[in-house]
Amino acid sequence: MKIVVCIKQVPDTKGGVKFNPDGTLDRGAMLTIMNPDDKAGLEAALRLKDQYGAEVTVLTMGLPKAEEVLREAIAMGADKGILVTDRVLGGADTWATSTTIAGALRNIDYDLIITGRQAIDGDTAQVGPQISEHLDIPVISYAQDIKIDGDYVIVQRQYEDRYHELKAKMPCLVTALSELNEPRYMTPGGIFDAFDKEITVWGRNDLKDVDDSNLGLKGSPTKIAKASDKVRKGAGEKVSLDPDEAVKYLVGKLEEKHVI
Amino acid sequence: MNLEEYKGVYVFAQQVDGVISNIAFELLGKAKDLASDLNTEVTAVLVGSGIKDLADQLAEYGADKVIVVDDPELKEYRTEPYTHALASVINEYKPEIMLVGATAIGRDLGPRVSARVQTGLTADCTVLEIGNFPLVARPGQEQKPNQLLMTRPAFGGNTIATIACPDNRPQMATVRAGVMQKIKRITGAKANVIEFNPGFTPNDKYVEILNIVKEVKDIVDIAEAKILVSGGRGVGSAENFKLLEDLAEVLGGTVSCSRAVVDDGWKPKELQVGQTGKTVRPQVYFAIGISGAIQHTAGMEESDIIVAINKDENAPIFDVADYGLVGDLNKIVPLLTQALKTEIANK
Repeated sequence: MKIVVCIKQVPDTKGGVKFNPDGTLDRGAMLTIMNPDDKAGLEAALRLKDQYGAEVTVLTMGLPKAEEVLREAIAMGADKGILVTDRVLGGADTWATSTTIAGALRNIDYDLIITGRQAIDGDTAQVGPQISEHLDIPVISYAQDIKIDGDYVIVQRQYEDRYHELKAKMPCLVTALSELNEPRYMTPGGIFDAFDKEITVWGRNDLKDVDDSNLGLKGSPTKIAKASDKVRKGAGEKVSLDPDEAVKYLVGKLEEKHVI
Repeated sequence: MNLEEYKGVYVFAQQVDGVISNIAFELLGKAKDLASDLNTEVTAVLVGSGIKDLADQLAEYGADKVIVVDDPELKEYRTEPYTHALASVINEYKPEIMLVGATAIGRDLGPRVSARVQTGLTADCTVLEIGNFPLVARPGQEQKPNQLLMTRPAFGGNTIATIACPDNRPQMATVRAGVMQKIKRITGAKANVIEFNPGFTPNDKYVEILNIVKEVKDIVDIAEAKILVSGGRGVGSAENFKLLEDLAEVLGGTVSCSRAVVDDGWKPKELQVGQTGKTVRPQVYFAIGISGAIQHTAGMEESDIIVAINKDENAPIFDVADYGLVGDLNKIVPLLTQALKTEIANK
């Protein structure tokens, strides 16, 4: 079985976000990590590999620096890494990102494609389902459990108040939730392999059946009209009083506002 | 793509088990505003099996027209037949705007449909308005009027971006639940129903449902609460949430929490407010022992009144609070509960 896991290098938003003086995001000043949902997807692939035997390829699109997450994935147990990087691919929205990744995937044999549900920088959850549409294969989003049964994948698909157990014929794309599992650590042997292993690097010309009009900033149907640091509501009143006084103050305010 | 052909504001009216989801009514409320700015109509798209009877409810919440796609293949939500249904409606009726709820269904359906009809999709919007793109005229670039401007948080709520889709139609957005306001119900309104069936032929993309497991959760929906008493890690322990529960009870409110509390296992995920939890806008929001990281405030800052109680006078929660009490929650909260009890009893 051949599994491809699509992963993304993202800024670690938990550590706080840093801005340039002009208000844009200072990506250089922020630590980067493998996107958590993608890491869970990778772990799911590695478990399928342990259980059924599989070749696991990790693929990422990004700056040349994104090679780091491929090496991390190999150190965890992935077999191959592919980096899709090219200046003309920059500024892509989810549409142009998904056409690019689909163009790369057309060069590879796969039974199962796993992506994370969403990346913590954009939180859109769109790229996985859009890739599946471009490749004309079934998609199962929000996977909380993944099993293989012959030519089929059996997935628990999460909803707000239930889950569906779904059976899809492979090839199929599954998007993974970080609740799926606890990803393993890199192994010492894996880290050794990771630095030894050659990473395949693809550019624009390696993408199959993709028109230029669907790539990068120009090929993105959505355009940013405005981006800004979040404007917060102004602060109201703040008091430091004895507890009794503080309560009296607040009860007075709640009465004034007809809450009580 | 001839953009002029695309007219009207459309809403995907999500239903599950024959019950229309609240988000559908919220979207209709917003769609009505947008349609009035564009001088056009609101159309709801209702997809399912045996669901035609639900159409009048959509009229009661503002739909001028309801397109019903009713087919046995659509009994339960499955990506492919639902995508086929909605994409076929778009290709046939050519809406200029298509709104979908950012639910576990909508966040799967939206991207698949947008890829099929070859347009852009903006995820998890919190503000939708009609305006010019670019916002300010730029030399050498045509400024287009009457565009859908879609605003959404990104980077864990740290930034906010406004996005347009000027050259493709429909302009598609998924919209967070609990953000848009539904209109006051127009009792007795009747839908102008159009039935449409593009034909459903199962193939490998029609995945098979082996089992449906409903998770019975005895948990209130915090997005519906009028008063929320929300605790953070500063509450100290799961047991100490009793103080908050007592306060909530006096006010007829509900307890909710921050992400840290869920991470520590003190409260279930369903009660979490914030970027990765729920968006809430109650009449009163008590933030108790919550420092107010932007990921949290992104989910509650639209509340009518925000009260913060925190011992750290520099906690960022005070920057969004209407009334901030600096002090020990263990002392203040029980006194507040007692005082409110007395006050309410005297009324």
